[in-house]
Amino acid sequence: MTGRRTDTRRRTVDSGGLALAVYEQGDPADPTVVLVHGYPDDHSVWDDVAADLAADHHVVRYDTRGSGASGVPATREDYRLELLGEDLFAVADAVSPDRPVHVVAHDWGSVQSWEAVTTPGAYRRIASYTTMSGPCLDHMGYWIRHRLRRPTPRHLSQLLRQGAHSWYIALFQLPVLAPAAWKLGLARLWPRVLRDLEAVRPRPGHPQATLAEDAVHGIELYRANMRPRVRAPRERHTEVPVQLITLQRDHYVSDFLSEGLERWVPRLTRRTLNATHWSALLEQGPTVAALVRDFTARDHGAARQEPSTAGELVVVTGGGSGIGRATALAFADAGARVVVCDRDLPAAQRTAELCELSGTKAAAYRVDVSDGAAVDAFAQQVATEHGVPDVVVNNAGIGHSGTFLQTTEDEWRRVLDVNLWGVIHGCRAFGRLMVDRGTGGHLVNLASAAAYLPAKQLAAYATSKSAVFMLSDCLRAELAPHRIGVSTICPGIVNTNITRTTTFSGLDDDALAAKQAKVSKLYARRGFPPEKVAAEILRAVRTRKPVVPVTFEAKAARLLGRLSPALLRKAARINAG
Amino acid sequence: MPRFPYDERDLAKFREVQQLSYHCAEQVAAWIEPGVTERQATAELRRCLVKAGVQDFFHVPFAWFGDRTAFRHFHTPLQFFAGSRVLTEGMPYVLDCAPVVDGYTADIGYGGKVGENAVWDLLAKDLKTYRDLILREVRARKPLAEVYAAVDAQLAAHGYDNRHQVYPGRVIGHQVTRNTARGPAGVNLFGFGVRTLQTLGRELVKERLEGRSPLWAGGRASRHAPTPGLWAVEPHIGFRDVGIKFEELLVVTDEDAYWLDDDLPHVRRWALQEDAA
Repeated sequence: MTGRRTDTRRRTVDSGGLALAVYEQGDPADPTVVLVHGYPDDHSVWDDVAADLAADHHVVRYDTRGSGASGVPATREDYRLELLGEDLFAVADAVSPDRPVHVVAHDWGSVQSWEAVTTPGAYRRIASYTTMSGPCLDHMGYWIRHRLRRPTPRHLSQLLRQGAHSWYIALFQLPVLAPAAWKLGLARLWPRVLRDLEAVRPRPGHPQATLAEDAVHGIELYRANMRPRVRAPRERHTEVPVQLITLQRDHYVSDFLSEGLERWVPRLTRRTLNATHWSALLEQGPTVAALVRDFTARDHGAARQEPSTAGELVVVTGGGSGIGRATALAFADAGARVVVCDRDLPAAQRTAELCELSGTKAAAYRVDVSDGAAVDAFAQQVATEHGVPDVVVNNAGIGHSGTFLQTTEDEWRRVLDVNLWGVIHGCRAFGRLMVDRGTGGHLVNLASAAAYLPAKQLAAYATSKSAVFMLSDCLRAELAPHRIGVSTICPGIVNTNITRTTTFSGLDDDALAAKQAKVSKLYARRGFPPEKVAAEILRAVRTRKPVVPVTFEAKAARLLGRLSPALLRKAARINAG
Repeated sequence: MPRFPYDERDLAKFREVQQLSYHCAEQVAAWIEPGVTERQATAELRRCLVKAGVQDFFHVPFAWFGDRTAFRHFHTPLQFFAGSRVLTEGMPYVLDCAPVVDGYTADIGYGGKVGENAVWDLLAKDLKTYRDLILREVRARKPLAEVYAAVDAQLAAHGYDNRHQVYPGRVIGHQVTRNTARGPAGVNLFGFGVRTLQTLGRELVKERLEGRSPLWAGGRASRHAPTPGLWAVEPHIGFRDVGIKFEELLVVTDEDAYWLDDDLPHVRRWALQEDAA
């Protein structure tokens, strides 16, 4: 690129009397991106990302206080988050006085940038924030409190697991020992630690020459901030659009630490990267730069974001109505791009149209999920036109009522073709794409409470759903190493049009219509809306929950089936449906 | 089945009152701006109608702003009355009034928005489908309950929900007759004019005796062919926090049915959109 300024310029910015070393690359006329490094790094950890971004951004890095060429504060008090947040604003004001800057941060850089981003009015100075491996300590305080107040097994396990990951934080509170460890050899061993534990290839010039001092000074970050913030967290909200990049193999920050982050950050975009804590920056710089570029290119100034080509990609089968449509809408509302398919193309197109009202891109296709070749072709088409999906919801299904002997061979085939083979085709086609891509994903399969609730009138339907339940269990085990989650959803009685299209064995047309109307009325009276199922599906994806019974009856049946399977077997004889 | 009770002169009078109502609603819509409350909007609407010569109301004027246009969180009938909700940029609103002039009643609904609202735009465009659908079904002399079910099915296909089910009795419409009661004009009880209540009560008894209902909903009482006469029809559709409706008079004769007037704001808007397309 001719005329581009790719050399690094150095300047010093004063922040409350402390000199910060600032490094600039790229054309100052381009959007400014400020990269904030973590512990025990200095600005050089960003070398690859900065070089890539400098092509079309004004890239600014600085050594945070106490590290690299920046000044070293005299007391522990001077490492408080408030001052660290002000450092970021001071740099932003110096390098881009007229326009808000985009902030990208890692590890402790992320912790201190959260402080700036959640400062009231931050949106005037910060256009967007991309965060990796560093939570807001206040959010973390609330995260811990919430789990202590509701100590479910899942919550307790999260607390214990995150506690185990944070062993070094406790160690850092110890006087003498931690600084001594760095001075006596850890700094020298650091390249090996990065190579063996973090899958980072050693390179000349990294880590920085000042590593030992930086690491020792940086210990004060933990000592000055961890305890007060986690013990007495403050409510910290932000209007700034935030992109959270979860590093899947991070040894220090668990992915579940960001559960419920939407409470504080309404404009949140989640991305995942198959990387370790440091390999993200040191090995996958261009990938990180691409994610940052995607995010900074969005029009964050608009009240609602323009349809974006970034964001999570979600595929929903049977998206023309009911739970499928509600799920597509819920994902669109959460900022995801949505692809819906249905046998009824106009219905699918309508869903896409409604999704776009949320300001995201959506597309619709006609697909019969019982046709394996068609699903394969659809998956390929989605991959070509939109990319590999992050979430696939295998929702398409049909209802059928009839006892085993009443159900004809054709009826059996039809039910199994759509309800079971549809899910198999979906999981195969998209599961393969996700595995090949290698950055994880999530499959959601819609089973039913009938999967574990036998009923003589639902022989074919319950069989198909039970098979979906089991196939999901097997698939979950298989895909776990690939970081692809599988959720089985068991809705129960939900007011959708599945009842209006449910077929009944051995009924003529008039009797069928009457029966459909009767069952629809019953389901309508139950009044459980598909939107609530959609909300559960979103939660299942976010929390990677394996099995989700949704309605009360679905939960009760599951519990009863565990307490007394014999009772459910008896109940199956009841003439219902 | 009663015979169609009105002559051309009556229909012209009904049309005139309906025009007057929509004209006032348009005036208020032009006056409305961010910062105005629902109560202020209804007061302005009432002022406007009284200035145009209205002495009595079938029911008091209503104004709903924001998510109240979709009747979200409505639990008691009192919530239908205009409140202190303040209009802000991008909000939808609905104005509803029912003036009576010389016993001739109109009952209209007018939907609008201030600033940009993409959801409202789509709903407003789709509302035409319901106007066409209702007319088609009534012309086919389908039982009113079936027409109601057809509207519900269309709503499901569109992905919207049925907001008229929140109205008392879940009605999509009601019969309108010439008001001949003698009670005091301009006095109202629970939002309905005293004369209205008298007429409505009498109609209700008379129609019930005939096995019909002057109220049009989805239940058993509406399982009969459309009664000849005038019906104020108000399909009210909603998506999330945005609701929109029209309400206007449908003329049902012994063999046919038609909308009393096609020169109304929403119909003109659709015509303009079609021309532009």
